[in-house]
Amino acid sequence: MSTHFKKKSAKSSPSIPMASMPDIIFMLIIFFMVTTVLRETEIQVRTMLPRAEALTKIDQKRLVSYMYLGPLKLANNELGDTSVQIDDALIEDLSSIRNIMYRKLLDQPRLIVSLRVDQSSEMGIVTDVQQELREAGTLRINYSSKPEVI
Amino acid sequence: MAGLLKKKKEREGGEIPTASMADIAFLLLIFFLVTTTINVDTGIGMTLPPKLDENQEPPPVRERNMLKILVNAEGRVLIEDKPSGIPRVRQEVKKHTLNEGEDPNYAESMAKAVVSLKTDRQTPYDIYIGVLDEIWMAYFEMWDAEARTMGFPDYTTYRDYIDENDEANLIRNKIKAQISIAEPDAG
Repeated sequence: MSTHFKKKSAKSSPSIPMASMPDIIFMLIIFFMVTTVLRETEIQVRTMLPRAEALTKIDQKRLVSYMYLGPLKLANNELGDTSVQIDDALIEDLSSIRNIMYRKLLDQPRLIVSLRVDQSSEMGIVTDVQQELREAGTLRINYSSKPEVI
Repeated sequence: MAGLLKKKKEREGGEIPTASMADIAFLLLIFFLVTTTINVDTGIGMTLPPKLDENQEPPPVRERNMLKILVNAEGRVLIEDKPSGIPRVRQEVKKHTLNEGEDPNYAESMAKAVVSLKTDRQTPYDIYIGVLDEIWMAYFEMWDAEARTMGFPDYTTYRDYIDENDEANLIRNKIKAQISIAEPDAG
């Protein structure tokens, strides 16, 4: 028995096998490539999404364009007037939405506009935005909402 | 005992066993894969009506085929001009759609049934979503019931099945979710 152990320790001169190293690195790279969101836009409005039951998932992320509606986040945790944000810019004039969305529609004809609307917003501004979307021809929309907590 | 210790010291350049390296890496990978949530957007999908020409009238809908749901600025719900609540929306929509001409106040047929949702400009968004959610749930429940009569456990299974086999969606052709979002009155 003792000879057996001795043999083993004497024989081995272990070193880290490098053969699998590239595979591991590749795996990690692929993993991070898949999960990383490249440009995280800073959302300048508060969007506390409403809760709903009849939810559908949007699997094709590349079709989705986000619009944020909600009270403007100010300093000291104060909230301002309800504003609209597309990508990383606040929209001053609602009638400019039609041009922005029309250009997006030309790039992606199957565009889905996901409206991330704060639950405290009033329907007035939501309707105005929807009228603009109709003008632009981006008719597929999605009222982004969170699943209900049971 | 002393000899054994001595022997151990003599062995120089002791190295870390690396056979399990790959396993550890895989475990880590699997752990992160499982725990990372890749944000999937969920929500209620709608299709807006296309823009109408100035002189083009919206298509006429008979009064009885339209279930009118009104939500006012305080978030109170009127169904066909009767005060109601959000929980009642679901059963009213189902009753309306599945009426098939029985009750003269509800729709003539499934194909003609339309649900109209109208809000005030001051209506809170979450109330609006609450009502819209109930309307969609009514349709989901009707689709589920229809799928069961066709021998599927639920509508989702049916939809996956037709996606695979590239068949037409018979359930949605039969029970169309015709929801009309009316423009709120100015005020």
